[in-house]
Amino acid sequence: MGLGIAWAKAWMTESARIVSEHRGELITLDREIGDGDHGENMDRGFSAVLGKLDGLPADASPGDALKLVATTLISTVGGASGPLFGTAFLKGSQAVAGKEELTADDVVAFLTAARDGIVSRGKAETGDKTMIDAWTPAVDAAAAAAGEGRSEPEVLEAAADAAERGAADTEPLVARKGRASYLGERAVGHRDPGAQSTALLLRAAAVSAAS
Amino acid sequence: MKKLINDPKNVVDEAVQGFAAAHPELVVASADPIFVRRADAPVAGKVALISGGGSGHEPLHAGFVGPGMLSAAVPGAVFTSPTPDPIVEATKAVDGGAGVLYIVKNYTGDVLNFETAADLASAEDIEVRSMIVDDDVAVKDSLYTAGRRGVAGTVLVEKIAGAAAERGDDLDAVTAVAEKVNSRVRSMGIALTAPTVPHAGEPSFTLTDTEVEIGIGIHGEPGRERIALEPADALVARLVAPILEDMPLESGEKVLLFVNGMGGTPLVELYIVFRRAAAILAERGIDVVRSLVGNYVTSLEMQGASISVLHLDDELIELWDAPVETAALRWGR
Repeated sequence: MGLGIAWAKAWMTESARIVSEHRGELITLDREIGDGDHGENMDRGFSAVLGKLDGLPADASPGDALKLVATTLISTVGGASGPLFGTAFLKGSQAVAGKEELTADDVVAFLTAARDGIVSRGKAETGDKTMIDAWTPAVDAAAAAAGEGRSEPEVLEAAADAAERGAADTEPLVARKGRASYLGERAVGHRDPGAQSTALLLRAAAVSAAS
Repeated sequence: MKKLINDPKNVVDEAVQGFAAAHPELVVASADPIFVRRADAPVAGKVALISGGGSGHEPLHAGFVGPGMLSAAVPGAVFTSPTPDPIVEATKAVDGGAGVLYIVKNYTGDVLNFETAADLASAEDIEVRSMIVDDDVAVKDSLYTAGRRGVAGTVLVEKIAGAAAERGDDLDAVTAVAEKVNSRVRSMGIALTAPTVPHAGEPSFTLTDTEVEIGIGIHGEPGRERIALEPADALVARLVAPILEDMPLESGEKVLLFVNGMGGTPLVELYIVFRRAAAILAERGIDVVRSLVGNYVTSLEMQGASISVLHLDDELIELWDAPVETAALRWGR
């Protein structure tokens, strides 16, 4: 059975919860190599998303819900993460538009379009110490899992696991995009906050699919 | 953390309300979405200038809204770029039919949100141009960074481009003047302490009593290097050197010297900085013909300062001297 609107809503509810729970951690990561606002901004954005979910029409598809997430994030988060996560959800939702239930291949299509949207907006490449370093491993792992015929929850779990590893793997990197790039070698040893929040969101997606 | 605030979530709203209440003859504030515009906007037939960015840099940008400078300012949350919606609403509110120029400091968030706003405003048939301010010499401009940051030089861009709009230049010409100022100004800053973002509750970084951070940005983001505290004259030399290295000036050339306070450094110290910076320029035969000293682009309560040098010519001097009437800069009217 694919992932329907109930999953999309559960994902956003869990995202708001997990982002709120990790707000302080994201602020601390961002204070170390950025400007300390990431946790606050993400918390504000997903709180706003939570408030809008009830307004979705009864026959809304997962794509409709994820598009609402996109526009809400763009208009509430600010900073760089607002347009970047907003674009991710916008492009992702377009990739699965009109589908009532998402299959494993749809999940891969969503993640791929989301990642590509971030790349085209932010111009970051793998290894630049940005959220892309969590997204790309997640896309690759999801595609591999779907290729092996795994279920939707398993595909999302593979993506979440890979995003968490990708976020951890940003620690030794020198940043080449975003505010941490001003630090040069001094960013080494710190985890990228955007990669970490990506891992949190994908974990929320997996948890919501499994339950 | 000890601050004169109520709920950290309301810092920007309450500050904007207070700002509008204090300067009703100059500005009108929109509450939802938040922006501040000239009381007499839109001004028909003149190019409108909009800037914005995270709050915490006051008086930037709302303090520079008024005749001869900005048409509107769009404040985001503290140290966070505004989202596209308020930028678009501000654009609609101030467009006088001659187009709108966005003056954007070079930070990833500001650039992305203003880019989105420009797309949306264009879709509503408003002619919009954007120019990016990147005057900070502390950051290496290369493929491997997000590029130089926009810092104190932004004020000079806003003043001079504002004067060009006021005299009736068209959108292309105003944009060209703004680009010209940006290409001729260089800045370098220093921090003695860290700022504390209200909702974070803790300082953005830690400097001991004997350390300073050279090449600081205006968000408390760390800079080029951390060194032991030295007398003011020695630190000033460390700030001026990279500016002149990046923008060599011949003897006899005219400049505007701008010493900007970061919010927590008293004027008495800023003048000590100005004294030495002016002397270094004089030793090279560079003529400081205009000056600005004060807290104009701040980083909350951070102690520190930045030095900006703007290479002037006759046009820029004329536009700098032109009348301006804003909460933070006022002369000639």
